[in-house]
Amino acid sequence: MTSTELSVRTPSAQRPPRMPGSAGTRGDRRGRTTNLTLGPSPLARAVALAVLAVIALAWLLPMLWALLTAFKSEQDASDPEHWGLPRHGFTLRGFRIVWERGDLPLWMLNSFLIATAVTVVTVLVSAMAGYAFSRTSFAGRRPLFALTVAAVLVPPQILIVPWFRQMLGLHLLDTYAGVILPQTVAPVMVFILKKHFDSLPRELEEAARIDGAGHWRIFWSVLLPLSRPMLAAVAIFVFIGAWNNFLWPFVSTSDPALMTLPVGITSVKDAYGVQYAQTMASAVLAALPLVAVFLFFQRHIVKSVATTGLGGQ
Amino acid sequence: MSSSPASPRPGVRSTRLLPPGLFFALPFLALFAFFMLWPLAQGLWMSLTDSSLSAHDPSFVGLDNFTEAFKDAEMWRSLWHTVWFTVISTVPLVVVALGMALLVHTGLPGQWVWRLAFFAPYLLPVGVVSLLWIWLYQPDLGLLNHLLDVVGLGQVGWLSDRSVAMWAVALTTLWWTVGFNFLLYLAALQSVPDHLYEAAAIDGAGAWRRLWSITLPQLGRITTVVTVLQALASLKVFDQVYLLTKGGPDNSTRPVIEYLYDVGFTGYRLGYASAISYIFFALVLLASAAQYAALRRREK
Repeated sequence: MTSTELSVRTPSAQRPPRMPGSAGTRGDRRGRTTNLTLGPSPLARAVALAVLAVIALAWLLPMLWALLTAFKSEQDASDPEHWGLPRHGFTLRGFRIVWERGDLPLWMLNSFLIATAVTVVTVLVSAMAGYAFSRTSFAGRRPLFALTVAAVLVPPQILIVPWFRQMLGLHLLDTYAGVILPQTVAPVMVFILKKHFDSLPRELEEAARIDGAGHWRIFWSVLLPLSRPMLAAVAIFVFIGAWNNFLWPFVSTSDPALMTLPVGITSVKDAYGVQYAQTMASAVLAALPLVAVFLFFQRHIVKSVATTGLGGQ
Repeated sequence: MSSSPASPRPGVRSTRLLPPGLFFALPFLALFAFFMLWPLAQGLWMSLTDSSLSAHDPSFVGLDNFTEAFKDAEMWRSLWHTVWFTVISTVPLVVVALGMALLVHTGLPGQWVWRLAFFAPYLLPVGVVSLLWIWLYQPDLGLLNHLLDVVGLGQVGWLSDRSVAMWAVALTTLWWTVGFNFLLYLAALQSVPDHLYEAAAIDGAGAWRRLWSITLPQLGRITTVVTVLQALASLKVFDQVYLLTKGGPDNSTRPVIEYLYDVGFTGYRLGYASAISYIFFALVLLASAAQYAALRRREK
């Protein structure tokens, strides 16, 4: 299944698919598309817009409600009679308490370090392997690539027991290395990058080779610069995955000082008791980094989902 | 899939210790062997032993773990929860994503807002998602019961009522991850050629007609792909169930991955947990094979 399924979303370099939010004459296109799909009828437009607004509101509501709660006092947050606006005004108290506990910033830092390490290692190692499978020949190249593709089917969830055993033996439980290493194996990314390199024209490297460039020079100075959009897409995808990964960090860390954000924030939620405002304040703070990243890199993220569109939760 | 490797130039750099290809592949292959192939083999071996977290040397027990698993009602129950969750989450996750993409693709004003609204939840770590929804589902103070109150309906024990809890988990999952499928659909919609619509407009086809006769047929392939990816992702459900309900009430939402977690890490029975891991793996492979067949049929 893998090859058919995956190749669907592997874009060819020659013809980059039009991505949502791609630059250019966006305004023009938008008007045109509206005409093409909805027709000129103002009624159709109004109805579509209304439906869209209702769904968007429903989707934003949970986050708005969490925000509202986070800015309430505990007393107002647990007042069943006045569940809308707070009776005693808004307060930053919840945020201050949560931040001053100190564990949340620490978990953010852990998440950031771990996700960054996973991303750097995965992208570099996968790009190198993609290059090896695409551009070189060595004994066992084909069977090894077939094995890599087959491994896409292995759900990481079934590996937690042996990983735990392995990390126990290596004394890597409750260490950064123990959390990071198993997450760096990404056969899917090797596959995507191999297909991507396959799609790049060979003329440039031929020229470089005639100039005496070796494999490493060709890889590093010719192919990687050509692949920047693809590498960015893969990197964003890996980073989001690692930032949000739950099961393995949850199993492999018990020391709160080493926990990542998703693990820490839920493991001590009982400690907050029924402090709803504080709980929501911590949720809001924890959500901020990636939402901010999204606001800055919206186009890239949208693109990376469309090009590497795999994984999911 | 096949590509001819660059032909090595004879005589150049043939004195290397390592063929350059192997040099490039080695870092990945080392990680791959050490953190995937070896654990896979290790897991298979452990499933044939009574390996445990408590300190005693594991001994070989043959297929005992598997025979026990096949007779284990809890194992079957948790497998069923996984399959049931896959069904009730995949359908809305495909249909709602399609609806969202169709509406946004019309190019109505506010593109940026729609994308942010639909996709932002996907960026939230599961820990945040679960805190948020536990609060929304809170029986006395949560927003959902307040809203039900407003429209005059009774309160619902979202996470405590056995007949509701799994649907609540699916609803949370829909809210959380639909943005991903939405983006896949949006990208596919943008590659539907304009001239099809232009031809239809000349023929006087209305908006509905264009939707049914042009847009939807053009999306057949991506729908299969999205459904396949979604079903495979849903089969692996654990995080949000564990964090929302801990598998409860009365284990009525516990998926098979949580069962193997409970058996292995709470019950210390790593051998038995490995056997369950492999049974689950078999289910995933079976689903993959079925979906591969479906995809193949589409191609023809």
